[in-house]
Amino acid sequence: MLDDFFIRALIAGIGVAIVTGPLGCFVIWRRLSYFGDTLAHSALLGVTIAFTLEFNIAFSVFIISSIIALILIQLQKKTNLPGDALLGLLAHSSLAVGLVVVGFLTFIRFDIMGLLFGDILAVTINDLITIWIGGALILLVLKLIWKPLFASTVNYELAEAEGLNPDRAKAIFTILMAGIIAISIKMVGLLLITGMLIIPAAMARNLSDNPQKMVLFSIIGGVLSVIIGLFSSLEFNTPSGPSIITASLVLFILSLLKIKQSIQLKN
Amino acid sequence: MNLNTSILVKLKNVGFRQNDKWLVKGVSLEVKKGKIVTLIGPNGSGKSTTAKIALGIYKKIEGEVEKYTNKIGYVPQKVSIDWTLPLRVNDFMVLTENLKDEAIDEALSLTGVVHLKNKNLGNLSGGEFQRVLLARAISKKPELLVLDEPVQGVDFTGEIALYELIKKISEELKCGILLISHDLHTVMSATDYVVCLNGHVCCSGSPLDVAKDKEYKALFGEQASQTLSIYEHKHDHVHSNDGDIKKN
Repeated sequence: MLDDFFIRALIAGIGVAIVTGPLGCFVIWRRLSYFGDTLAHSALLGVTIAFTLEFNIAFSVFIISSIIALILIQLQKKTNLPGDALLGLLAHSSLAVGLVVVGFLTFIRFDIMGLLFGDILAVTINDLITIWIGGALILLVLKLIWKPLFASTVNYELAEAEGLNPDRAKAIFTILMAGIIAISIKMVGLLLITGMLIIPAAMARNLSDNPQKMVLFSIIGGVLSVIIGLFSSLEFNTPSGPSIITASLVLFILSLLKIKQSIQLKN
Repeated sequence: MNLNTSILVKLKNVGFRQNDKWLVKGVSLEVKKGKIVTLIGPNGSGKSTTAKIALGIYKKIEGEVEKYTNKIGYVPQKVSIDWTLPLRVNDFMVLTENLKDEAIDEALSLTGVVHLKNKNLGNLSGGEFQRVLLARAISKKPELLVLDEPVQGVDFTGEIALYELIKKISEELKCGILLISHDLHTVMSATDYVVCLNGHVCCSGSPLDVAKDKEYKALFGEQASQTLSIYEHKHDHVHSNDGDIKKN
């Protein structure tokens, strides 16, 4: 069954969606949309390094994204520039450096489009293992730091005062973000991974009145997007990564109807 | 080793500087089990800063903080919660510690807001939210409570009831309380020890001692002398039937 490329794509996509669901909620709650983007852009550099040194791609992306995240935290402490300016600086400069390095690598054939938009249909059995084991690890760690991370998302000072060590939770969360980008880059590509993180979670926000519900709906929304997106890409012969994101957009638009309804009920 | 087990937190000559300006300097105080210590002082005198130093929120400080408990409940002066988070009162109650449903109900009933349990936090009024904040802080049965203006925005009768509740909690839980309050009358009647701040410790001691202090009068002026008369009412004079006042 796993011989079929389409089945592999489905299993990979569902695996990624289960992990991006809860992470995406935190991305929205902590206002980190552009942070995810920045890490994703820096992933190109990670991929080129992996090609040059004949390294494992996921591992190389994970290392480079973590380094970029650490540089960002340092720059925030040491400069007076606002966070969004620093994010833009790091995102575009790491993307540019990545592309320049690609220019030097004339000796290997490089599928830039595949990197930018992902190629879920080229997923191998090894990729599946990376996604499911890596994803399980990310979810396990997220569960362990859930309390301090969530408490400090609501109110940093309360979490700090009552002994939850929010700084450590934040640092670990940053590494988890690098982790999800590393395992999913090959699938959805670096331009669309932030969409996977944000859109299902945004849809879930429209449907939920408490955090647990939002996480659950975010996972369901992501998985549905993958299934609908992949089948329609097969049907209409459209690119798979963008089809998944488009499917999640449709779900988001449908979720707006629910908001409209509850507003009407109130009036 | 903590030899004096009744001390919960002890500040030794602490200070905190932000952008080359001392927010507070040279503060020493200790909070013991079952005692209420109150910080008073004008705006910008460093009351909240002192509380945050005691809680370990500010880390780059001068001086030393010795803490002998990890069971802490905190009501901050300002809580800005981001409403991108769907959060009910119920979810907020278990923010830093897992509680049984009965414990949540009990704490919410004590502060009179148990009916709001399933409401969205964003839909509460200022006073209701303040009551939820206090309920959350006491629900985990802390050893040390740090209350930064815990009754702001609460209606007048509620204010008195909540102060009575705070006093009761300190007696029942035998916890120590570090209280910041503007209400001098409450401070003088319900507190064991008062620290008067104005960037440094102006004066400190029992409420009576502080009320008599010159620096305290200079800081609080008219209101202070009124508080003094209210507080000392029973002690320094008697009223005779014809309305005359006889000094003791």
